[in-house]
Amino acid sequence: MIHARGLTRRFKVGKGGVDAVRGLDIDVEAGQLVAFLGPNGAGKSTSLRMLTSLLPPTSGTATVAGRDVVSDPAGVRARIGYVGQKNSAGENFRVRDELVTQARCYGLRRADARRRADEVLALLDLEALATRKPGTLSGGQRRRLDIALGLIHRPGLLFLDEPSTGLDPQSRANIWEHILRLREEHGTTLFLTTHYLEEADTMAERVVIIDHGRIIADGTAEQLKGELAGDRVTVTVHDEPEAARAAEVAERIAGSDADTVERRTVRLRVPRAGRALPEYLRYLEALGVKVATAETARPTLDDVFLALTGRSLRESDESRRTAPHDA
Amino acid sequence: MSVRLFLRDTSTVFSREFVPVLREPLGLLFTMGQPLLFLFLFGPLLAGTQSFEGQESPWQWFVPGILIMMCLSGPMMAGYSLLVELIGGSMERLLVTPLNRTAMLVGRTMKEFVILLAQAALIIALAVPLGFRPHLPGVLTGLAILVVFGIGLGSLSFVLAIASSPSGNLFYGVTQLVLFPLILLSGVLLPMDFGPAWLQAAAALNPVTHIVEAERALFSGRFADTSVLYGMLWACVVAATGLAMGTRAMRRGI
Ligand SMILES: Nc1ncnc2c1ncn2[C@@H]1O[C@H](COP(=O)(O)OP(=O)(O)OP(=O)(O)O)[C@@H](O)[C@H]1O
Ligand SMILES: [Mg+2]
Repeated sequence: MIHARGLTRRFKVGKGGVDAVRGLDIDVEAGQLVAFLGPNGAGKSTSLRMLTSLLPPTSGTATVAGRDVVSDPAGVRARIGYVGQKNSAGENFRVRDELVTQARCYGLRRADARRRADEVLALLDLEALATRKPGTLSGGQRRRLDIALGLIHRPGLLFLDEPSTGLDPQSRANIWEHILRLREEHGTTLFLTTHYLEEADTMAERVVIIDHGRIIADGTAEQLKGELAGDRVTVTVHDEPEAARAAEVAERIAGSDADTVERRTVRLRVPRAGRALPEYLRYLEALGVKVATAETARPTLDDVFLALTGRSLRESDESRRTAPHDA
Repeated sequence: MSVRLFLRDTSTVFSREFVPVLREPLGLLFTMGQPLLFLFLFGPLLAGTQSFEGQESPWQWFVPGILIMMCLSGPMMAGYSLLVELIGGSMERLLVTPLNRTAMLVGRTMKEFVILLAQAALIIALAVPLGFRPHLPGVLTGLAILVVFGIGLGSLSFVLAIASSPSGNLFYGVTQLVLFPLILLSGVLLPMDFGPAWLQAAAALNPVTHIVEAERALFSGRFADTSVLYGMLWACVVAATGLAMGTRAMRRGI
């Protein structure tokens, strides 16, 4: 569905420039659900805008839904749907009027457009809001309207730019319900960006991590966590000298690294905690170190990001927008 | 085939813009406010001064001027509404559809023009009892020129809106700096004939001046007047420039 090679985009800012995207290579097969994950300013929106023909790339090529984004943008547009990061509905227009307009933009006749507008209103539980203007809707309702606008022509490939950002957990779950249903019922290929780690982790079958305009990891969430971060093993002992000895012996465990000692607690990373912990406990017992508690934890995608960049996604998240952008 | 698609897309954009007007027709009255004020509060002042070059009535001279003023402010509003949509996400959403890019511009200006024509009809109707004598074929031709001119102005205002986003400052600055001199230097409100030579020279370079003169000639039925030809030419130049630049701006990405 998507094949991009060496996509770059540079923005002129004053005399200098910003390299928003630096050489994006990506292939997405039909039917996949891909989450594009990255911190603020990583280049997610810019990539999406290039793939949806909104922004011509500075260099590189991309075919989307079988059409070249540069030489046949109209062909791409007819085959994809796009839900942008900002709200899609115009403030002066009623909800249903905008949906009818959108359907007509894709060439539906007036009567068909009206019928289709009513269908998507029902699909996204927006019927009661049909005659309202977007300004009077809640954040979650507006986002559902955005998705409804993106779905009006039943695209086989749908791009969503941060569909759930700024919403409360319940609205987020609701948005996801709609997204996942789309996939189940119509086999829609979904390419979405998010900065919610848990979403990418639990919902997407493939996670692509982007930072500073480059893809730095690509795979299933399990693969990434297994290969790049590893499980965490935490052991507490009874005093600090024992902790030091426990840390020393940890080095014997195959594939372990980055053990840290903090007073009576030893933390280490291992590829498979289920295998490593019994082994570690045996070593400690042989040394005569008494273990008070032992815990294992699966890594998160944040651990993956941390392992790759030395920064935490969560931290860069905290400093980003505190207010939703539809304010 | 592609002409049919172009017309379809233009009508899609037009109806999107026009439906809210139909739903809230009261808003139309407000936009009528300014031209009506000019007609009733400024017009009589002009009518009082007897300094017109042998024309039957100053209304003959003033009514086309009011229409031009409306024709200048309508497209500016269209640019403003586009700017708002550019800053929000609704323009981006429309740009992802296969909608014809030129149709996006034309459909929007057409809406301004339906409104302008309605306003023009009302102004003309109200001016007749005051002494205005419209020459019907002339008025119709004059309005056609205004439509062409306005489409060009609308597109230029869209180009400006696109260049100004996301902050919009450029748009507000330029419309303030350009619009007023354009109006003052066109002899819309007062005849330029008594101004100093440099002012008249500046006015001669102003496309709006030529449109105004063409409209005045046409509204009095003087089809053979050379100003009609110049007016038509200028309207076409502005329309062609506007549409070319507008379509290019749309293509280049926003
Ligand atoms: N129109 C523009 N002009 C100049 N710079 C831009 C423009 N659009 C984006 N950028 C810059 O390009 C970089 C990538 O921006 P982009 O919007 O793609 O990030 P993002 O990953 O979508 O971030 P977010 O999570 O905040 O949406 C940023 O540094 C941004 O400042
Ligand atoms: Mg973004």
